[in-house]
This record gives sequence, structure tokens and C-alpha cells, in this order.
Amino acid sequence: MSTSTTSRPSGPAPQPSRDTGRMTPRSIAVWVAVALVGAVCWTVLALSRGESVSALWILFAALSSYLIAYRFYSRFIARRVLRLDDTRATPAERLENGSDFEVTDRRVLFGHHFAAIAGAGPLVGPVLAAQMGYLPGTVWIIVGVIFAGAVQDMVVLFLSMRRDGKSLGQMVREEIGVVGGTAALIAVFAIMIIILAVLALVVVNALAESPWGVFSIGLTIPIALFMGVYLRFLRPGRVLETTAIGVVLLLLAIVGGGYVETWGLGESLTLSKETLTVALVGYGFVASILPVWMLLTPRDYLSTFMKIGVILLLAVGLVLARPVLQNDAVTSFATDGDGPVFAGQLFPFLFITIACGALSGFHALIASGTTPKMVAKESQIRMIGYGGMLMESFVAISALIAASVIDQGLYFAINAPAGVTGGTIDGAVQFVNGLGMTLTPDQLQAATDSVEEELVSRTGGAPTLAFGISTIFSDAFGGGLAAFWYHFAIMFEALFILTAVDAGTRVGRFMLQDTVGNVWPRFGDTSWKPAAWLSSAAVVACWGYMLYVGVTDPLGGINQLFPLFGIANQLLAAIALTLCVTLFLKHGWTRWVWVPAVPLAWDLVTTMTASYQKVFSDNPAIGYFAQADRYRTARDAGEVLAPAADPSQMDTVVFNSTVNGVLQASFALLVIVIVANAALIWVRALRAGSLPTTEVPAVPSQLVAPADFVATAEEKRAVAEWEAQRTETVGSGR
Amino acid sequence: MSATGRPAADQRPGAVRRALAGVRWYARELSGEGRWDAYLARCEREGTEPMSRRAFERHRDDHRESSTQGRCC
Repeated sequence: MSTSTTSRPSGPAPQPSRDTGRMTPRSIAVWVAVALVGAVCWTVLALSRGESVSALWILFAALSSYLIAYRFYSRFIARRVLRLDDTRATPAERLENGSDFEVTDRRVLFGHHFAAIAGAGPLVGPVLAAQMGYLPGTVWIIVGVIFAGAVQDMVVLFLSMRRDGKSLGQMVREEIGVVGGTAALIAVFAIMIIILAVLALVVVNALAESPWGVFSIGLTIPIALFMGVYLRFLRPGRVLETTAIGVVLLLLAIVGGGYVETWGLGESLTLSKETLTVALVGYGFVASILPVWMLLTPRDYLSTFMKIGVILLLAVGLVLARPVLQNDAVTSFATDGDGPVFAGQLFPFLFITIACGALSGFHALIASGTTPKMVAKESQIRMIGYGGMLMESFVAISALIAASVIDQGLYFAINAPAGVTGGTIDGAVQFVNGLGMTLTPDQLQAATDSVEEELVSRTGGAPTLAFGISTIFSDAFGGGLAAFWYHFAIMFEALFILTAVDAGTRVGRFMLQDTVGNVWPRFGDTSWKPAAWLSSAAVVACWGYMLYVGVTDPLGGINQLFPLFGIANQLLAAIALTLCVTLFLKHGWTRWVWVPAVPLAWDLVTTMTASYQKVFSDNPAIGYFAQADRYRTARDAGEVLAPAADPSQMDTVVFNSTVNGVLQASFALLVIVIVANAALIWVRALRAGSLPTTEVPAVPSQLVAPADFVATAEEKRAVAEWEAQRTETVGSGR
Repeated sequence: MSATGRPAADQRPGAVRRALAGVRWYARELSGEGRWDAYLARCEREGTEPMSRRAFERHRDDHRESSTQGRCC
């Protein structure tokens, strides 16, 4: 039912009282029990060293912490800090137009919001961070999400909702200033390009030399096209039926991949990274200019349902399989900073490697995009903003567990760049044994055979996660299907990433057209083909180039680019949190400013330290310019430094490292500009007590709806009364 | 789509049936399939003639064309 303006009774609707007063003895008992479970799990994790620890301790430590944080901290933010006001109409109610602005059921909007924020990021970061042990990642994912990530998502959603769904860039420009706004616009665009390039790199690394993977992922394109045509011409609107057909075809494509060798397709589907890069760039361009109904929309349906399905399956699988952690709690790489997966010590590099899942700036773009225009009641932003991010954090914890339950020798054989393993089983075994871990060639060969896939130096996180998921699912649901589950997991990740690449390219295209449109209005018309094609090509060229840089880097693309990606994402979070602090001060909420200011301070400390080290460190493993210098000096002396194999690769290293260093420095500078601009406003706001903001004046709400996942008895009663009264009014009005 | 909670699809008791109806409702709403029913209900309420399903879905496709939402990492 849509609530149209004509059917509304006049006057504000009475809102159910949210204040339940004191907690009942039963609810006190329940929360004490949850707290006890959490305390026990955390104690076990903190005290266990060397003995075998079940992964379920991590799972339940996470779940109980989330429950407590949601029940108490998010409620505190909702009531005391933001003072969410259900008597106030949301933009969805005031501006309802049946398309952008639309009152949406809270649980449905939660699903949409979650599908938009959760992708491959929370799956990849924790896998890479597992090189430091399971404990640092676990602590950061859980503490980070509670005090930083979920707070950012919820507050940005709130601020945008109070401003009719304005975007992050718009809010920065209007509330901080033109300088900050322009810097934010450039930063958002550049950061998006890096994110797309790194995500594409993950797919390339997972599919290179993997005919099975190429076959099944390749088939997702015709499957999506078929679904698009089916929905457009044969059965318009039957989304569930179409998605069901799509999922069946998808599973067949995964099974079929196992027969590519038998069918004699093995050779032609064994593609190099370079070929895959060209294919992906070409695909990205075509996908972004095709009508959305052909490819993007149907694949989005597939990826949304796969996402929800796999997350549920993974949670069930973990409980059934009860795997034991093979990883150490904290490894020496955390303190020494010489890990092969990525360089640098726990501080600051853990906090930029695990971005999504703990704190992700990209979410601020979603929370200030479609979601705020669809919220029915203000109080619902707690479950959508805070709750949605907790759910993403849970995905990250599952990924960390999956990476920590596989044999750690195997973990490093998969994740060390080809430059150090030589890409061979013997080379990998030698390298891993050199790290002080035991791994035999037989073990590695057996693992390779079990998933029917080469595993040595399959960097990027996706193969590791797929191997972990395959291990867990084989244990939980019976053996014999390890290879199927491995490719199922690869499919699951590639599907997200391809959707993100399509949608990201298109969003980038709109941003570019909008910006150029300020100078040349015609270019801003999104339906004008030449402008659309030209800007799509520009966006694809940008991320395609960075992808190529990553693919051809002799030092290993993930090793080189992932820190750039992580820092970029966290710098975006710094921009979002800076906006939150600015608006708190402008509203005069000085008393509560620590809510966004503490995470902002922590985020700035970690990302600026990481940026500083990436730019200025004289350790060539960490500093991009030190690295370029080292290879330049060697090249000029006529030497070739491993892992480069010839002088031209030496040139590549010098060039790539310089590009990465320049990008890194520019991102950090842009954020410093925004924070400096904001600091001026902070001082002015503190002196004045408060400053006017662009918040839209309150309009009384005529809607009644529950606030949380489960409606309380009182809410149900209030909704029923309101609906009865509404029907009466409509009846008498006609 | 209703802001007021899902309509009781099945009035008879039976936890399994109610759960299944709930899952079906959620899937339809999440995928947007339920939008057509909402549209028909509104047309009936307002006494207007609904457009064909094909035209309705075309209209939604056109809207999506210009309002792509970014997918996060």
C-alpha cells in the first residue's frame, strides 16, 4: 500500500511512545546472559595461546558484542545524541513521488541498504589481515564497527535524511565550504577509481590461469542477458521467477566448469592476467553504456540473493563444522612489519587493511544516496544505519574465520606474491618453510588437487577465502564437493565485484557528466549518447589503467595497491566523519561531539600515519618513493633486483611506485584541505555556540510505523489504530 | 509498499505457513516484484485505470536508467 496524499487524515498522527521506562526483570536477565556469553568468549580469546581454539569463540564474541552495542550504544545515539523524532515527517513522507522518494517498509529498506553497502571489501580485507594473526583483526573489526563504522553510517544517514537526501559532496560544500567541497568531489571520484581498480584486480587474480573460473564467471554475462530479456519482453516484472532461473543456471555454470578440460576448452579458457585485464576493461565499458535492464539490473538481483544466501549458509556452516583456528593469535608479522602479504606493522597498517567491516568511508556515499530518501520514520535509521553496518561486520568476521581455519603454511603459499614463490609448488614450500612454518610439497599438492585449481601465489584474498569456505562447507555438509564449493565461493565474490564495477563505472560517469555539465550544460545530459560514451570511456580508462599497473607490477599488484585502496577508503571515512563533527558543532551539540570526533581522531591518526609512511618511509618495502629510488639506483647501476626479471621490469617498478606514491600523497593532501577548512567552521561554531545549517524545518508526520526489526506490542497497537482511523477518514471523504 | 508492516497473508494460524508467507512477502518486496500489486491497489483506491504490466515495468526500467546506485566494495 502506498500512502498517497489524498488519503491522509489531517493533523499529525499520534506516535507510539518509545520510552519503555525501566527495563523489566526478564530483559535484565536476558542482557546479563548476553553480556556473560560475550565476556566468556572474549576471555577465552584473550587467554588462549598455543592451544587449539575453536572459531566459534570468535563468532559468539562478535554476536554478543553486536547485540549489546545495538541495544545500548545505538539506542543512546538515537535518543540522546541525535534525538530522532518520529513526530517529524521524513523526506520520503513529505516528498513522496513514487520513484526517488518513497516510504519503504523498514525491513525491506534494511535489505536494500545492506545489499548496497556489502560487497567484496569485507571479504578481502580480513583475509589479508589474517597474516597478523586472528586476534588483532577480530578486535578491530568488532570495536571498530561499534564505535566508528556503524556510528558513521548511522549519523551520515541521519544528516542526509534531515537534508532531503543530499549527497556527501553536496553537504560538505554547503556546510563546510567551497574549498572543502571541491576537494571532497575530487577525492570521492579518485577514491572510487582506486576502489574499482583494486576490486577488478581481485577478480583478475582469481580468474587468471583458471579455466573453470573463467568458464563459470564468463557465463554469468549471457545468464544475466537472458534474464534481462526474459524480464523485459517475456515475463515483465516476474523478478523472483527470473532470479530462480538465473540461480539454477548459475549453479549449472559452476558445475559445468568442472568439465571444461573434458570438453577440450581448457586451453582456450586459460587466460593470462593481461588478457583478462583487457577483457574486463572492455566489458566494463560496454556494461556501463548498455541499458541497465539488459545486464546491470538482472545481475544485481542475482548478486543480492546470492549474497544473502551465502552469508546464511556460512553462518550455518560455521556452527555445524565448528572449525578450529589454525592461525596464531598474533604473529610476528604484526610486530615486525615484514609480512609477505602486505608490508608494515600492526599500527597503522591493520587499520587500513581491514576497512570495510570495521569502518568504510564508501558507505557514507550510500547512506547519503538512495537510502535517506526512503526511510519511513526517523527512528528507523538506527536499525538501517547502525544495524546494516553490524551485519556487514559479521560478514567480515566470517571471512576472517575462513582465512584463519586453513593451514597457515597453505595460507602463506596462496598469499605470498609470485615474486617470492616463483609460482611453483617447490618454490612456495621453500618460501613458507623459510618463514618458520611447516608445509610439505605433498600437502600443497593435495590441497591443489582437492579444489582442482593452482593455489600458489593466488593473491587478492578471493582464492584464500574460497579455499576456507570450501573447507568449512565440506566439513559441515559432507565431503567430496570441495572443488564445487571453491568455485562457488569464487563465483560469489566475482558476482559482487562485477556488479560493483558496472555500477561504479556508471556512477563515476554520472559524476563526471555532472561536473563537466557545470561548464558545458549539454554534456551534463545523461541521455546524450556522445557525452555518456565519452565519460564512460574516461572512467573505464582511469580504473583500467590502475588495474593494468597492478597486474603488471613485478612486486605484486595486491601487495602494492591494497594499501592505497584501504587508505583511500579510510580517508573517505575521515571526510564523512569530519562532516559529522562539523554539523554537531553547528547544531550546538558540543556535549555529544565525541561520538563522531573520537572515531574521526582515530581514523585520522591511523590513515595519516599510514599515508606518511607510504610516502616518506625510507624502508623500500613500505615507502613508495623509497622503493622507486632503490630500483632506480639499481637500474642506473645496470643491476636487476628481484623480483624484477629484466631491465624493463625495473622500469615498471620505478614508474608504478612513483604513480602510487603521487596518488597516495594527493589523497592525504585532499583530506587535509577538507579537515583544515572544517576546522575553521568548528572554531566559528564553538565561538557562536551554534551556526545555521541547511537542515530542513520540521513538518509534522502523519505516518505511524514501528522503529525496530521487531515491532513492540505498543507499536503494533498504534499502527492498528492509525490504520483504522485512516480507513475511516478515507471512507468518509468519498 | 506499506510503512505499516506486512499485510497478514495468511489469517489461519500455523507457524510454518506464516513464516513461509513472511519469507515470500520479504522476497517480493526486496526484489521490487511487489510494487506492481501496490500500484494496482492504489489504482483501485483512486479509481483510475491501471497501465499494463509491461508499460509499468518499462517505466521502472527507465527510472533505474538514470538513478544507478553505487555498490560498495
